[in-house]
Amino acid sequence: MYKPRNIIIGVIAFLALIFFPVWSSLFTTGEAVGAEISLDTPMINAMENPKCVEDTEWMRANHMKLLADWKVEVVRNGNRIYVAEDGQKYLASLQNTCFECHSNYDEFCLKCHEYNNVSPTCWTCHVEPTVVEEGNK
Amino acid sequence: MENMSRRKFLKLGGAAAVGLGAAVVTKTADAAQIGGSYQKDSARMQAKNWGMVIDMSKFSEESFNACVEACHSFHNVPNIDTKKDEVKWIWKQTYEQLFLDETHEHLSAKYKDQEFMTICNHCQEPVCVRVCPTKATFKNDQGVILMDMHRCIGCRNCMAACPYGARSFNFKDPRPYIEEINPTYPTRMKGVVEKCNFCAERLALGQLPLCVELSNGAITFGDIDDPQSGVSKLIAENFTLQRRANLGTKPKVYYIV
Repeated sequence: MYKPRNIIIGVIAFLALIFFPVWSSLFTTGEAVGAEISLDTPMINAMENPKCVEDTEWMRANHMKLLADWKVEVVRNGNRIYVAEDGQKYLASLQNTCFECHSNYDEFCLKCHEYNNVSPTCWTCHVEPTVVEEGNK
Repeated sequence: MENMSRRKFLKLGGAAAVGLGAAVVTKTADAAQIGGSYQKDSARMQAKNWGMVIDMSKFSEESFNACVEACHSFHNVPNIDTKKDEVKWIWKQTYEQLFLDETHEHLSAKYKDQEFMTICNHCQEPVCVRVCPTKATFKNDQGVILMDMHRCIGCRNCMAACPYGARSFNFKDPRPYIEEINPTYPTRMKGVVEKCNFCAERLALGQLPLCVELSNGAITFGDIDDPQSGVSKLIAENFTLQRRANLGTKPKVYYIV
């Protein structure tokens, strides 16, 4: 039952299928679209030059490490003040500092975490503004 | 290079390995922290060893209830009815329950049935700290026994060790049992232990603990290592009791009966 024609067609179909992501990208243009996060909150809108504790780019890449450092410094060492690289001082607190400006958890934190398929365990204890609004109704 | 002896080659190789190892170690040490620097708040309350004196003769029922209400609602302590699941940071106990070594069968009912405010004793020799396998419970630089909830694995060794019943375990998700969530303080999750923290988050910003503020002068808070502090003077001038002093945990909550 040796039929080289069927085998060759089968192999070509198989390769075409598994290399779909490669060849299909040849026909599409533009860059991948990231998560659409919103900075539309009362506090951010009220700022003249909206700025997070560090640069936006730096925060995007490192906020998880920064928060992990805050956790250790605040809880274990009692250092509650974070002195940013530009010398500005902030209370190192997720709930009292981050959420002050980023009061839109669903449109900010969650959007990007979902896009990147990460589920940080922060929110089992740290209360995001949405929970407070809903829980205290 | 062609004339390199075997011995010389091994020596060079060894030196390179040590250098590489050192580089890796420094790199990991560097990576430990990123961004800016950290400091304590300039308003932080200063003491070497925080302690408390509770003068029960000055404690009214109303101010006691105000303390419990303020503490539990600020710290998002759930209100669970069943004895097994209840979570408490500050509560009432009778003289007999509290000072079981300092009582006898003919003790005046006036004292026997009197209710006392009870919190974590923030012991100088804390058993809970010794038994915690993850160092989630620790003593900070001001003698306050704190919990790092991020590290608690819920083994409950500390609950077995604590002779004062000062610790509660979250048998269920506490959030549905919190009437109004305080957005400035975290809640806990199912499976961790919790207890009074001497309001460390307030001390860090220069405020006294909530119960001290609301006790109408019945609670004095201060540095028991400083002979000039209010608590030291009260202890020097009055007859005070510690809970189960014979156990050697050196509690830092003193009672004036």
